[in-house]
Amino acid sequence: MHEMSLAVNIVELVSSKARAAGATKITAIELEVGKLSGLMPEALAFCFEAAARDTLAQGARLEIREVEGGGRCLDCGHAFVLDSLLSQCPQCGGYAVETVQGRELKVVSLTIDEE
Amino acid sequence: MCDSCGCSQPDNIVTIRRAGQEVSGSGSADHHHAQHHHHDRSSQGRVVEVREAVLGKNDGIAAHNRDFFRQRRVVALNLVSSPGSGKTTILERTIRELRGEIPMAVIEGDQQTMLDAERIEATGVEVVQVNTGAGCHLDAEMVHQALHQMDLAANSLLFIENVGNLVCPAMFDLGEAAKVVIISVTEGEDKPLKYPAMFDAASLCLINKTDLLPHVDFEVARCREYALRVNPRLEFFELSARTGEGLPAWLNWLRSRI
Repeated sequence: MHEMSLAVNIVELVSSKARAAGATKITAIELEVGKLSGLMPEALAFCFEAAARDTLAQGARLEIREVEGGGRCLDCGHAFVLDSLLSQCPQCGGYAVETVQGRELKVVSLTIDEE
Repeated sequence: MCDSCGCSQPDNIVTIRRAGQEVSGSGSADHHHAQHHHHDRSSQGRVVEVREAVLGKNDGIAAHNRDFFRQRRVVALNLVSSPGSGKTTILERTIRELRGEIPMAVIEGDQQTMLDAERIEATGVEVVQVNTGAGCHLDAEMVHQALHQMDLAANSLLFIENVGNLVCPAMFDLGEAAKVVIISVTEGEDKPLKYPAMFDAASLCLINKTDLLPHVDFEVARCREYALRVNPRLEFFELSARTGEGLPAWLNWLRSRI
């Protein structure tokens, strides 16, 4: 259940950014979550609600933008959309695939209320 | 696209690149993007751009740990597996084999108890136990705190035994030189397919309890094949920490890291 500690990390990060920007409240948080990050967006949203209690982020809307996985075949060099860490290269059938995109877990932006 | 100037956001945006480095997008007078106000979110409050990794703080502390290891020439290995794969037994055996040859120390991670620390302490090396409470993994700060309680020798090995969990520890960099994933032959050879993230994050895989192979339906070759599908660069050693079978290859690998 690492979603809980990730939620706590998100709340810490956005709270410090919001404070620096003079916010009284965070109304929305835009997140980028790679499809290969191993995170369940529903579980993250659930944990976030608990982690945000009594902080500037309480009640903030989580806007989760999923990022497609991208792979590159180490055998033939083919680049393709990667659905899982177990995918085969669609061109040569090899399993030697490097993940080049899809592990992202990033806070993109906040929407804040000011005094 | 044009994320440095903030033109795709409402005009009162503050662009924050990295901690301590603020770039104001709204005040730059000589900008000619004013016509681009198609994102009409201004009534919903001010948008603050962040663009920072959620685990950025952990990764920063991990980098700090890594610097410390590099300066001290300590090779830190993060041992990860499901509960019961034999991590602690492998450590006990490894320490007994290498004691007197290479200085070693251990950070033990468990939710509760000092049991593993006590087992390691009996081998005579320095050990610090981290109890994570309800936490399902170690993070870089816990390791950092533990390091402050230790006196690591130069040119030594530091084993960090993570919480037994084949999922969560994969995401948290501790500053280690490598993750070593351990699977035992009593678990089922399909573990790499079921929990790919951990096998993907690891550099080395130990297949433990090989003395039990005659009694279980575990096909080592298939396990390796599955793990290589996830991570084509993964190296393997098959061993039994109980009988010592296969241990020399692992010990030589450790010697080669120093």
